[in-house]
Amino acid sequence: MNVLRRNSMGLVAWLAGIVFFLPIAWMALTSLHSEADAATNPPSFAASLTLDGYREFFGAGGGASPWPALINSAVASLASTLLVLLLAFPAAYALSINRVRKWTDVLFFFLSTKMLPVVAGLLPIYLFAKNAGMLDNIWLLVILYTSMNLPIAVWMMQSFLAEIPVAVIEAAKVDGARLPTVLARVVAPISLPGIAATALICFIFSWNELLFARVLTGVVAETAPVFLTGFITSQGLFLAKVCAASLVISLPVLAAGFAAQDKLVQGLSLGAVK
Amino acid sequence: MTATTTAPAASPELRTPARRPSARLRAWATRAPLLPALIFMVVVTQLPFVATLVISFFDWNALYPDARHFTGLDNYQEVLTDADLRHSVWTTVLLTVAVVLASLVLGLVLALLLDRKFRGRGIVRTLLIAPFLVVPVAAALLWKHVLYNPEYGLLNGLLHYVGGPQPDWISTTPLLAVEASLVWQWTPFMMLILLAGLQSRDHEQVEAARVDGASDWQIFVHLTLPHLRRYLELGALLGSIYIVQNFDAVFTITSGGLGTANLPYTVYQSFYQAHENGLASAAGVLVVIGSIIIATFALRVVSSLFREEASRA
Repeated sequence: MNVLRRNSMGLVAWLAGIVFFLPIAWMALTSLHSEADAATNPPSFAASLTLDGYREFFGAGGGASPWPALINSAVASLASTLLVLLLAFPAAYALSINRVRKWTDVLFFFLSTKMLPVVAGLLPIYLFAKNAGMLDNIWLLVILYTSMNLPIAVWMMQSFLAEIPVAVIEAAKVDGARLPTVLARVVAPISLPGIAATALICFIFSWNELLFARVLTGVVAETAPVFLTGFITSQGLFLAKVCAASLVISLPVLAAGFAAQDKLVQGLSLGAVK
Repeated sequence: MTATTTAPAASPELRTPARRPSARLRAWATRAPLLPALIFMVVVTQLPFVATLVISFFDWNALYPDARHFTGLDNYQEVLTDADLRHSVWTTVLLTVAVVLASLVLGLVLALLLDRKFRGRGIVRTLLIAPFLVVPVAAALLWKHVLYNPEYGLLNGLLHYVGGPQPDWISTTPLLAVEASLVWQWTPFMMLILLAGLQSRDHEQVEAARVDGASDWQIFVHLTLPHLRRYLELGALLGSIYIVQNFDAVFTITSGGLGTANLPYTVYQSFYQAHENGLASAAGVLVVIGSIIIATFALRVVSSLFREEASRA
């Protein structure tokens, strides 16, 4: 009886997993169909497979190449992730190991900036960028993505660093190490898994971001999500291409997310859940 | 006796000149690693918001920059009385509450299923996380074109096999269409948080309750749910923060049409397309107030629910 019930629950879980994954599987299958086979009703499961959708996406049909947008996204995501780590790591040290006074208040200040919606500051940022000649500039996105991810990174990292035994750091200090040395030689190596998880989550959020990129970039600094918005009004003829584009652009996030499954929840819940 | 009472009085005069600078120096040395991050956040997030607040008191259309003047609370009055804008406030509330509640409940069911041991649990977990890892614009495009399309979408394709109707999902139920796509993306997030909560449970307590003859339902209501309280709160809080700000799904699936424009989309539209800087800023300030209310409200409702439950137990 018990065994039977456990098995049936497992079956229900499998069913739920398949239902949730079905749209993605269907997107993958559609991306491998010809446009004619993709746009049929009822859907064709047995149609022959082709890479035409992917070739079209990469500009074989004379459409815009996605490479500049993909490169922009890579630059914006990687550079802002690096900047976030450089700013968040010392801050987390000051909030977890060698604690400043009222450190919980500071931590909550960082969280409160996440409750400030993006649209609350978008217009002044747009006006500033316009006057400073920084519209359509990828480095402006780097700054903004850094501010978007810094609070999360500070929360996550302070929860990772708080687990480091104080004795280890004291020992290094007794040996005469100065703060930068302590951070680089002692704290960083111990907390490397935590730093890696933080970096992955910052990368994912930056890669996904649309609103800033949509408003502040145009031709030169267009990112991958902005490139995707070109398909919003796409008609049925380009279904395979839309699916191929969506999958290719999601690929870095899917890979990063699957790699960090366990750390993902800890990071997304700002380190509150372990 | 006299020595002990006089000593503290004498010591400050003697020690402060030497001690105070070094104490201050040490405090600054402690603070120094924090300052770059703190200053960066204040400059990049707080200053623009203050600017938004200031602009919200001006009548300022970007196409007529010379006509800019102070209007006090007029923009707020206009935002709150304008039928379209008021509707977008309502849409934001509806969208946020519906998506957070639905994805929390679904996430709870999935977390409970995944908390049990069964064959292929790791694979099912991976399948369930995947929707959260699709780029939001790509996910919205997937729902718009691949699932909802009335002629060749998967939903109507599957309905075709059972001889069902072939509705045009986006035009008949636009808000529900946006919500469904968001629930699909956010359920995995809720599931991950709740699963972490379930796995931190005290299993001995559950076993003891079972030995005492408690049913599965009793264990769920009196042990599991109270334990999950802060995880549910956290999921609701973080979900609200992100979904109240949603732009990608609304922009991609309906472009704000058919009554689905939420506040972030409306703010975007009123300054990016209508160039109404003052109005957009007032609406932006209202979004901030709204998200603070939603975050605290969600937190209170959930915690009061559980306090009731705990007092009954």
